[in-house]
Amino acid sequence: MLKLTNPNLCIAVSGLKTGDNPQPGVPVIRSIRAAGFMGKIIGLVYDAMESGIYLEGIADEVYQMPYPSTGAEPFIARLDYILSKSKIDVIIPTLDSEIPLYIRLEKELLERGIHTYLPTEEQFNLRDKIKLSQFFPPKGIDIPKTHLLQSADQIVKLIDEISFPVIIKGRLYEAYKAYTVAEAQKYFYELQAKWGLPIIMQEIIDGDEFNVVIVGDGKGGCLGMVPQRKLVITDKGKGFGGVVVKNPGLESYARKVIEALSWRGPCELEIMKDAEGVFYLIEINPRFPAWVRLAEGSGQNQPAATVLLALGKKEVELPPFKPGTLFIRHAEDIISDISLLGEISVNGELIRHEVKQ
Amino acid sequence: MLTDQLMTLAVNKNGFIFDPESGISYTVNDTGLFILKHLQKGVDKEDMPKLLHEEYEISLNSASSDVEHFWAMLKALRLVED
Repeated sequence: MLKLTNPNLCIAVSGLKTGDNPQPGVPVIRSIRAAGFMGKIIGLVYDAMESGIYLEGIADEVYQMPYPSTGAEPFIARLDYILSKSKIDVIIPTLDSEIPLYIRLEKELLERGIHTYLPTEEQFNLRDKIKLSQFFPPKGIDIPKTHLLQSADQIVKLIDEISFPVIIKGRLYEAYKAYTVAEAQKYFYELQAKWGLPIIMQEIIDGDEFNVVIVGDGKGGCLGMVPQRKLVITDKGKGFGGVVVKNPGLESYARKVIEALSWRGPCELEIMKDAEGVFYLIEINPRFPAWVRLAEGSGQNQPAATVLLALGKKEVELPPFKPGTLFIRHAEDIISDISLLGEISVNGELIRHEVKQ
Repeated sequence: MLTDQLMTLAVNKNGFIFDPESGISYTVNDTGLFILKHLQKGVDKEDMPKLLHEEYEISLNSASSDVEHFWAMLKALRLVED
């Protein structure tokens, strides 16, 4: 079992929102702590209402960050401020929108003693939703039939090539099932207004959905891999329960995807298996999923492994996972004190041991 | 013919079955559990009615019908093939 026993280590993790659409930060921190971690955890948040801020035993210190859209300069300036108060050895970013910035800033971070374990910009871009259908099929990896839409009129023109219902996806986030042309066009305009063009129209694959959490070694191999089938799905499509499966075909398909990308770092693959047993790649998320504790629970502490890999450890081995390991997510009220909200709202930071409640 | 998938089913003594390959779980009654466990031990489908007849003291006809019914369900789940 992996152990993180160095008491001087300081790890920063982003994405502390829990609730109905949880971010992966809190489960990543829990897995790190489960590895016997004795050092300090810093939470990097964008919003004072990220619920993980108020959980006991998660982040020792919390700092508000500028949104990645504000650019590299304010981001680095904020990190420099944090570094004036505490060193940071490793950052594990867990939100899609911030990963490109952390990739681009790798050198600047290293100069400051901060290590990451992330893909290259090229690897990151190849898994973009709009690139999947171009990059993967020539490598023998099936993708559902996909059309990139620049205008809503294209949906009418494609009517002979598609069969409804279809999935209409935003470039970055959100996806809706459309049963008619009119419905597809309505979602087109909604998603265009939010996320810009192109809009992705994709055929629906009927079958079994699997999700796989992986840490890629950057050379085409997988240091860890845990596949699950969702058992509980919320009305927002979020998996709130799942079970670890042992499916050699699925594992071999997932390995092929990682090999094609030479992916480095954590990621989540969303895969469908149709009635004929053919696997289709739906999406690649470039970070740990919010259900990553299932990996730890089934024997593979992937967040702890990522910390060691970021620190340059060469031989990191994860044991085989245990099929049948189950997770069920539950919501819980956190009782805290208004002074904590005051600290983070006014000062943009919260040093837990300094706050008198 | 049994599939590899049927042989890897995790069978709980209470009749809870977990398929580790698909992640799907099922429940079976005592008779279903009896048949499944014997199939996994290598007993042929043809020998199953006699075993059921001896275990539950039911007629061979009734046992054959039960086995056929259960087999059809396993087939629908792609756990056995013709």
